[in-house]
Amino acid sequence: MKPILKVKNLTMDFGGLRALDSLDLEVFEGEIVALIGPNGAGKTTFFNCITGIHPPTKGDMLILPPGKKQKRLNGLKPNHVTEHGLARTFQNIRLFPNMTVLENVMIGRHCRMSAGIAGAILRGSSTINEEKAVVRDSYLMLEKIGLTDFVNEFAMNLPYGAQRRLEIARAMATEPFLLLLDEPAAGMNPQETQELDDLILWLRENENISILLIEHDMKLVMSLSDRIFVVDYGKKIAQGTPEDILNNPAVIKAYLGEEMDA
Amino acid sequence: MFLTFPIMVIRVNTVENVVEWRWKNMFLIGIGSFFLSFVWRYLIKKRDEGTKKSEFGETEKTPLIQRILKERKIFIPTLIIVSVFALVFPFVFSLYQTNIMITGLIYVMLGLGLNIVVGLAGLLDLGYVAFYAVGAYSYALLNYHFGVGFWAVLPIGAGMGAFFGILLGFPVLRLRGDYLAIVTLGFGEIIRLILENWNAFSFGPSGIANITRPSLFGIEFSVHNATIYLYYIMISLILFTIFVVNRLQDSRIGRAWIALREDEVACQAMGIDKRATKLTAFALGATWAGMAGVIFAAKTTFINPASFTIWESIIILCIVVLGGMGSIIGVITGALVLILLPEYLRAFSEYRMLIFGGILVLMMVFRPGGIVPDVRRTYRFEGIENNHRNNRK
Repeated sequence: MKPILKVKNLTMDFGGLRALDSLDLEVFEGEIVALIGPNGAGKTTFFNCITGIHPPTKGDMLILPPGKKQKRLNGLKPNHVTEHGLARTFQNIRLFPNMTVLENVMIGRHCRMSAGIAGAILRGSSTINEEKAVVRDSYLMLEKIGLTDFVNEFAMNLPYGAQRRLEIARAMATEPFLLLLDEPAAGMNPQETQELDDLILWLRENENISILLIEHDMKLVMSLSDRIFVVDYGKKIAQGTPEDILNNPAVIKAYLGEEMDA
Repeated sequence: MFLTFPIMVIRVNTVENVVEWRWKNMFLIGIGSFFLSFVWRYLIKKRDEGTKKSEFGETEKTPLIQRILKERKIFIPTLIIVSVFALVFPFVFSLYQTNIMITGLIYVMLGLGLNIVVGLAGLLDLGYVAFYAVGAYSYALLNYHFGVGFWAVLPIGAGMGAFFGILLGFPVLRLRGDYLAIVTLGFGEIIRLILENWNAFSFGPSGIANITRPSLFGIEFSVHNATIYLYYIMISLILFTIFVVNRLQDSRIGRAWIALREDEVACQAMGIDKRATKLTAFALGATWAGMAGVIFAAKTTFINPASFTIWESIIILCIVVLGGMGSIIGVITGALVLILLPEYLRAFSEYRMLIFGGILVLMMVFRPGGIVPDVRRTYRFEGIENNHRNNRK
């Protein structure tokens, strides 16, 4: 297996606060990798750095899309990162509330389309075909994620679990090779979490993508991930298979605190 | 009643030094507020019922205007009636009425332009009148110095508008919300102050007079015919505007604007170039203002900076918000109501602005979405559904 994402020595300072401290991370093709750690450990900051929302203070971020040349992510704008095949969801759902479900997914297709202003006004045959293709592709994506019942609903009227799934559908519509999920199971009930578990596995099998996820639901993390990275205070404290992590003293310490000596 | 007491009931007659007690007025106010409170309660009750209904998932009655739009049987006759009315308007009504209508139509155009910026892209622009001024002055100055005609300047004015739109767009790329509003407000004032004070360039507050009216292949019209001609120019330009805005709305770029309005961070994370999207919104919005400016100059044949104050920006913004953000029919209705209403309320002389303000307040309380709220396009999928069902698992 070859790596598709290589992060080396990533450091991010917010003023005097070091949110990420020389973090190294690699994701291999076809893997599901989980990033866990207590609240405020810097997990979301890590996502924000990779996706270009925050420019990192130090470090290198490389992507090696399968079948394409490697690309350095440092200094790229969020929209370019997405164009290169990294798509993400957000911890606090960030859909477009006053657009329909289908339109939300169509926005995901935006960077794979080319119609400009003139094309939109003249509406030539290429634009019409492109629009038709986008509507069809978006609908098929919704079918895969299981949201066809809501196609013409406003995104804000969706039940919570469906909103989470719509975020995944929208991210998948950008044709990523690596999907970044930021706490996809937050606020879901056990049944919805189970469905999410199935969905993520299904996506990996059928859509040829790798997944990097941040999650607090340990049951989900343990059942899904091939490897787990644990961060605390911006530093990586452990990495390995789920079994390794469960028995790692440093992880137990970070989550549960140190044993008090009498 | 008590609040108005000192103003309405007591009057001090300074000539004879006596205090007049006008109890009759108090009585009238009492009756008036009594009835108004009933109306108010009735409307609030109705609104609550409406929200309750939609909460329980009952199908809410679709508003009359949306029903007209949806059903072809009603829509086509309505369209015919409206277009016939629009066509014969200048021959049925007086020149005065036609003039008012042209003004109304200019504001329809301005509203549709600002609708792109505010309604679709969600960029609060309080200096929109600046582009209107740019268009008007392009025509006035080109006409004054070089004698260029209306038709030649129309695209130039539009281009100048777009150019200034981008000029404003660049510094405000990083701003949003209140900050953006303040910068655009400043921009609008800068343009007006330049026009007012740069005498050598714009002739200052005295303005530019004797701008030629539009001509048809070199034929000059009398004032009466020129007005009618301008009316038809306006109607066709409005149709053109509607055509363009309608197509933009449901296109790739239109969706990007709406996404930008809804959530900037998510929009960028989904691969939309924020810079380009914002700039096109500013440029395209300003294009219509530039065109409207050229027409305004041609209509009044005299312009000065006093026509382009912040008040105009606010009226145009009111048109968009009151009509319904993002909705074309809404903006057209909004413009006609806001511009024509004060004209026809002239009978009430000084009370007209009071009535006008009252209507604005009531509208915003009871129909916050505007007169005709925006409806997103729905898609049907009978064909696709059958072919690809059970794809998963």
